[in-house]
Amino acid sequence: MSEAKAAKPGRKIDLEKYGSLIALGALFILASVIGWPYFLQLENLVNVMRQSSYTGIIALGMTFVIISGGIDLSVGAVAAFSASCGVLFMNLLVRATQGNEILAIAGGIGVMILVGFAAGAINGLLITMGKIVPFIVTLGTMSIFRYLSLQMANAGEFASHSQQYGTFGMAKLFEVNLGIGKFSLPLPVAVLLVGAMVLSFLLNNTRYGRYLCAVGSNSRVAQYSAVRVGHVRFWAYAINGAVVGISAALLAARFNTVSTPNFGLGFEMDAISAVIIGGTAMVGGRGSIWGTVVGVFMLQIIQNMLNMAGLSPYIQGVVKGVVIIGSVYIQRQRQS
Amino acid sequence: MSGDMTQTTIRTEKINKEFGGVPVLKDIDISIGGQEILGIIGENGAGKSTLMKILSGIYQPTSGKVFIGGTQVRIESPIDARNLGISLVPQEFNLIKDLPVYNNVFLGAELRNRYGLLDKEAMKARTKELLAQLNVDIDPEARIDSLSAAGKQMVEICKALAFESRFLIMDEPTTMLTKYEIEILFSLVRSLKAKGITVVYISHKLKEVKALCDRVVVLRDGAVVHDGPTAGINTMEMAQKMVGRELGSIFPPKSQPEEKVVFEARGVTVPGVVQDISFSLRKGEILGLAGLVGAGRTEVAETVLGLRSKSSGEFLRNGKVVELAEPADAVASGISYLSEDRQGSGIVTGFSVLKNVTLVSLAGYCRGFFRLIEEKRERDKVQGYVDSFRIKTDSLDKRLENLSGGNQQKVSLAKSMDSDPEVLIADEPTRGVDVSAKHEIYLFLADLVKKGISCVFISSELEEIIGMCNRVAVMRDGRIVGLLEGAGITEENIMFYATGVHEEAAS
Repeated sequence: MSEAKAAKPGRKIDLEKYGSLIALGALFILASVIGWPYFLQLENLVNVMRQSSYTGIIALGMTFVIISGGIDLSVGAVAAFSASCGVLFMNLLVRATQGNEILAIAGGIGVMILVGFAAGAINGLLITMGKIVPFIVTLGTMSIFRYLSLQMANAGEFASHSQQYGTFGMAKLFEVNLGIGKFSLPLPVAVLLVGAMVLSFLLNNTRYGRYLCAVGSNSRVAQYSAVRVGHVRFWAYAINGAVVGISAALLAARFNTVSTPNFGLGFEMDAISAVIIGGTAMVGGRGSIWGTVVGVFMLQIIQNMLNMAGLSPYIQGVVKGVVIIGSVYIQRQRQS
Repeated sequence: MSGDMTQTTIRTEKINKEFGGVPVLKDIDISIGGQEILGIIGENGAGKSTLMKILSGIYQPTSGKVFIGGTQVRIESPIDARNLGISLVPQEFNLIKDLPVYNNVFLGAELRNRYGLLDKEAMKARTKELLAQLNVDIDPEARIDSLSAAGKQMVEICKALAFESRFLIMDEPTTMLTKYEIEILFSLVRSLKAKGITVVYISHKLKEVKALCDRVVVLRDGAVVHDGPTAGINTMEMAQKMVGRELGSIFPPKSQPEEKVVFEARGVTVPGVVQDISFSLRKGEILGLAGLVGAGRTEVAETVLGLRSKSSGEFLRNGKVVELAEPADAVASGISYLSEDRQGSGIVTGFSVLKNVTLVSLAGYCRGFFRLIEEKRERDKVQGYVDSFRIKTDSLDKRLENLSGGNQQKVSLAKSMDSDPEVLIADEPTRGVDVSAKHEIYLFLADLVKKGISCVFISSELEEIIGMCNRVAVMRDGRIVGLLEGAGITEENIMFYATGVHEEAAS
């Protein structure tokens, strides 16, 4: 609403910029009606945000990759792999430090982020140095990292030996009493929002962000303009990998265990869907981090709303597919 | 109103076209028909291409009517146009490079046999027939990739003629062609006219229009300002009508370069591309690089940029050997490149004016660990270019895809200059821009060398090579075969070396 007021009278609202925000608003109202009164309860809203945050964080990194003109199918598998490595290391530290859990948790999370980063770097190297298209590379690494995790756990689970890691996963910030109930921000949601701020800043205000768009829009022009195209693309995948590691750390803490067959399964599709709904062009060159955040929330609200309407999860999947195609269709119409 | 002439005449009545409220065409009344070659000239943005796109069904007029043979017609798609006998040979080739010639000729209207499958043999035969009519030696099964620019042009014409066209519209057909190829195209156009086809020839090149066309229509700011036989007007008058004012000499006077050599190539070889290239560029000099298309001029530039790796030879900047392994190295040593392929490697069409201009020089606007862009400084600088180059745009944030070709070229030029180069390699800087934009670019280059910047000037237009350069190196088959200086820079001498005639004469 404030955006609409901010626009000068007589001038059209910038649909390209605020279109997805308006759609989110409309969806919110619809969900409020269908899910009355439960949808609007604070507890439910906080839950919606929490549920969307894990894939949401990954979608932020995915936005960078897609703007660069690429795709990363390996994010779910990398999440499982880095979480597995991290939890194993954490358990090792718990034993070695004889119960210094803070150190163990920090070490474990550090390993998850590092492993994620390394996996992203491998993707990036294969794509830039190996000159293999991103779809193929990440299709391959998706399989590699998923099955490495399964092999390590013998297709089972890695349970964390740290109690406090589980507590960390449920942590909440800024608890305030709003009168209608207590509101607090779950840690992963805070990470999502801070991450969006950081990456959005990186995208819009730094040289790297500008180069990223140039490479995605026309890599030949970028190359002729003395942009180190390989570096720019490499870092998109490496940053995405690190972001996946962060998400994996939060998700593993949530359950305090990593179930290798299921952990992060299908995250790539959810993340890509959110990026697309958020208005980032699949061909690269332009995109918006906050659009992706809106996309993430929209997908989750739809699911929540359909849950309340009592629809089966199968139908929910169908609706999700329709929404993805529909939103891109609408964006296309707006452009022409 | 009857008879053969009106049967085959296109007549427009008060055609208007607006884009987003901006009028591009104003009350256009013209008639095209009979056995004639009609030249349509005008500056970039005068509305030539828009008018032709309306006639070929790509755009719809905002108001106005089109009549063919006295009956009003609606041309709502390129297919409608084709059915009415109107074909367009576009400026940018519309060919699928991975497909063979015959598939391209019949693209979208494939011949099928009685089982509904592609009748490849019939298409090949028909293509062969068409190519033979045009008197060109192209294999119908050759891939588009393997053809020269001229070959592609012929395929485009073939495509247009495959559907019994009565009107053939050619948009800037000679931009990509060499002088020799232009001659072939001209005789082809004349033979089409002899077969009763009306040819509409859109061009910036007034000499060509004067030589080829029977009648000339001049557009200025979306309106017809002249319509008459070519015999009654000379090229100078055409130019004046196009720009609406008197034109001085188009080339500024040449200035004298200093003795100091700022850039030198010594025996540079890229196997299979360029052989043993040596040249030196003095401070404040414009060194021309002439030659036919495919002689390896752009490849020399790409080697300087480090986009092609050389097997031997070296580059020197101010007498010192420099390693130029990638474009960033070239920029770091003060070398800038203005690309010949504007849309392919020069500008990002999806980027704004602002972001394009500073793409090469962005590092200079960044500070701090995070390389933050100082937006205010960036904007001020780019606004300066927009003002001094007279780039027509309503905002720095306008995407380049919404700018005309001439303005895109100015942005591309501003982009090459913003890294403050001492050596500018300008590759076909005036390709596809109109007379007054050309004039501005010439003045700009002359001004540049006066300031002590040196320029390698690559061009296929002999006139501007002769008019602008202090010395000219002529290339053929990847080698520099001649170096001309002063009064020796003549059209004859350049062609002499470029075509290799001197070797035959010597032997």
